[in-house]
Amino acid sequence: MAAVLKIEALHKSFTLHQQGGVRIPVFEGLDAEVGAGESVAVTGPSGRGKSSLLKLIYGTYRASAGRIRVRKGDDWHDVVGAAPYDVLNLRRSTIGYVTQFLRVIPRVPAEVIVAEPLLERGVEEGEALARARHLLAFLNIPERLWHLSPMTFSGGEQQRVNIARGFAASFPLLLLDEPTASLDADNRMRVMQLVDEARSQGSAIVAVFHDETERHSVCSRDIALN
Amino acid sequence: MNAPTYNFAYLNEQTKRMIRRAILKAVAVPGYQVPFASREMPMPYGWGTGGVQVTAAILTPDDTLKVIDQGADDTTNAVSIRKFFVKTSGVATTEKTEDATIIQTRHRIPETPLTEDQILVFQVPIPEPLRFLEPRETETRVMHALEEYGVMQVKLYEDIAQYGQIATTYAYPAKVADRYVFDPSPIPKFDNPKLNDCPALQLFGAGREKRIYAVPPYTKVVSLDFEDHPFEIQTWDRPCAICGSRKSFLDEILTDDAGGQMFVCSDTDFCARQQNQSA
Amino acid sequence: MNPLLQVEGLGKTYGNRLGCEDVSFELQAGEVLAIVGESGSGKTTLLRCLSGHLQASSGRVLYAQRDGRSVCLADLSEAERRMLMRTDWGFVHQDAREGLRMGVSAGANVGERLMAVGARHYGHIRSTAEDWLTRVEINRERIDDSPWAYSGGMRQRLQIARNLVTSPRLIFMDEPTGGLDVSVQARLLDLIRGLVRKFNLAAIVVTHDLAVARLLSSRMMVMQQGRVIETGLTDQVLEDPQAPYTQLLVSSVLQV
Repeated sequence: MAAVLKIEALHKSFTLHQQGGVRIPVFEGLDAEVGAGESVAVTGPSGRGKSSLLKLIYGTYRASAGRIRVRKGDDWHDVVGAAPYDVLNLRRSTIGYVTQFLRVIPRVPAEVIVAEPLLERGVEEGEALARARHLLAFLNIPERLWHLSPMTFSGGEQQRVNIARGFAASFPLLLLDEPTASLDADNRMRVMQLVDEARSQGSAIVAVFHDETERHSVCSRDIALN
Repeated sequence: MNAPTYNFAYLNEQTKRMIRRAILKAVAVPGYQVPFASREMPMPYGWGTGGVQVTAAILTPDDTLKVIDQGADDTTNAVSIRKFFVKTSGVATTEKTEDATIIQTRHRIPETPLTEDQILVFQVPIPEPLRFLEPRETETRVMHALEEYGVMQVKLYEDIAQYGQIATTYAYPAKVADRYVFDPSPIPKFDNPKLNDCPALQLFGAGREKRIYAVPPYTKVVSLDFEDHPFEIQTWDRPCAICGSRKSFLDEILTDDAGGQMFVCSDTDFCARQQNQSA
Repeated sequence: MNPLLQVEGLGKTYGNRLGCEDVSFELQAGEVLAIVGESGSGKTTLLRCLSGHLQASSGRVLYAQRDGRSVCLADLSEAERRMLMRTDWGFVHQDAREGLRMGVSAGANVGERLMAVGARHYGHIRSTAEDWLTRVEINRERIDDSPWAYSGGMRQRLQIARNLVTSPRLIFMDEPTGGLDVSVQARLLDLIRGLVRKFNLAAIVVTHDLAVARLLSSRMMVMQQGRVIETGLTDQVLEDPQAPYTQLLVSSVLQV
């Protein structure tokens, strides 16, 4: 099984200048590797950096040292120190990310938010929206809400729009941050179905799951942060 | 007390040299507005001082001068200017277009076709065609230098949008020798075609604005327009009431208070000649 | 890939006073760069140097033209520079009155750039103008109205239409949402986002509003007192700010 993600000697710390320059270390030499079709859970106590690891892989957080290499086709790209343009390209084509919270943009309808990853890849608008609507329907978002901006949706509805967006396009590497939080049982099951589908299509998955059962149902091993 | 004696044609020779240099430059760059040191003339600004200075600079004792105002030889201004030149140069004058060597005109081109031996001098109020849309002189100079005439088309577009057609009927902008856009002075657009490929030298003088420009003989002059709104000249639905001409520019004359009107050739010399021919 | 814009050591001084200093970055097609900072940070000076409105004191700006050749902005003749600013580039001013011809109709405003590069068919110019008004969500029936009759938000959208009609590749925006109502801002930002994606525009947006930067840009540059304090992807700078000033700026944003 070909590796898709290789983390080597990752160091990350935060320096809070507004608190007198206090330094908060998060990682001090983390190594990890994930292959295509593999599902790995990030575990550990709260505040230990589970979300931070996902953000480091996605390039939102800057590593202090080490390498985070992602395979795109036959080439390896190091997210650490990559040029902004390269990171944006990776995000468009290779690394998908379901964040914990939906960042709501005023006026943009839910279906367009979900379709955006496809639109950014140049997929034709009709096709992208069709896929978006399919996902929204699958996650029980009523049709009457599709053309509305999620600004007025409930927390759970917003989360489901977020998830739909994360699964709209297929990514070789998919990062999931608590995808089932604040969802009822039926929707949780549907989300897990989407995860499973992605995995069987060959995506490598790195996920943070609060619920142990869910974690074990999908992930074959852990990256433990202690 | 002795009457004052004037230098030939009023201006001193140094001034004439300065103006001639400006004229040469203008002829060398058709349509380009050449700045010149416009002099105080014995008539106020707005009364043809630019045209008078150009005429004074090119006048020779052998010339025959014709002066018209809106096509007529007998209006006050035409008479005054003609008398001015007679007084200061003693030059011969005429009302017949074909006998003149220099024709100074306000706001019309004679109907009679001109020849290579003639010079037409226009009186110009505002020489800058871009002025109405761009009030800054610094900017209009750059626009001419860089041939940025989009704004001219904008004006014509705006006319069509507001009035359904290009509403400019006089001082209609044209492009000279495929390069400079110029204001041909407030001649009716009816006269614009005469500017093109004219055998005579055409000189333009603006006294208040201190600019001279020129259209050399046989120069291409194209009036601006749109492909789907081409340049058109005015037409009338009746002939001249006096001479019967159907091809000249007609003035409307009100004959009474009850709305009575008649249409008469604006070019008085042309009208008289037509009458004689039909008589 | 050849960057669309390459800036090397750009600086501008006003006598003894520093406008901006030592700015270097690259911009690719499709990228939106936000330049953020407080008043007096030098961001507007930088924008004006980049867009050719102001002559830089040091450094250079290289632009990759449509034929692939890179040209230094300072090497262009005035005619070439003005042509570039009229066709390949666009500039959206904070005050729409600076970016529009207030004395002519909306249609004439949108059509001007076309006429400036030789368009001579009234019907085509007009229908192109109508299309663009529709794209920026202005009722096409208002094509003959003067911009004086437009609201602030409409004037901004008209400005955008006026700039985009020649399919520019790079747009400069100076506080495009400044002074507009919040709901109007949202509409404008949504429009800009859509146009950027649809036409693969590159854009440099100056703003003091981090929320606008977050919404519009993929990259961000933070300026303070004429210098670039920090630069990176927008989410990087906002969520993992490194420099003390950036951390201060990010934490000062009011949350609704």
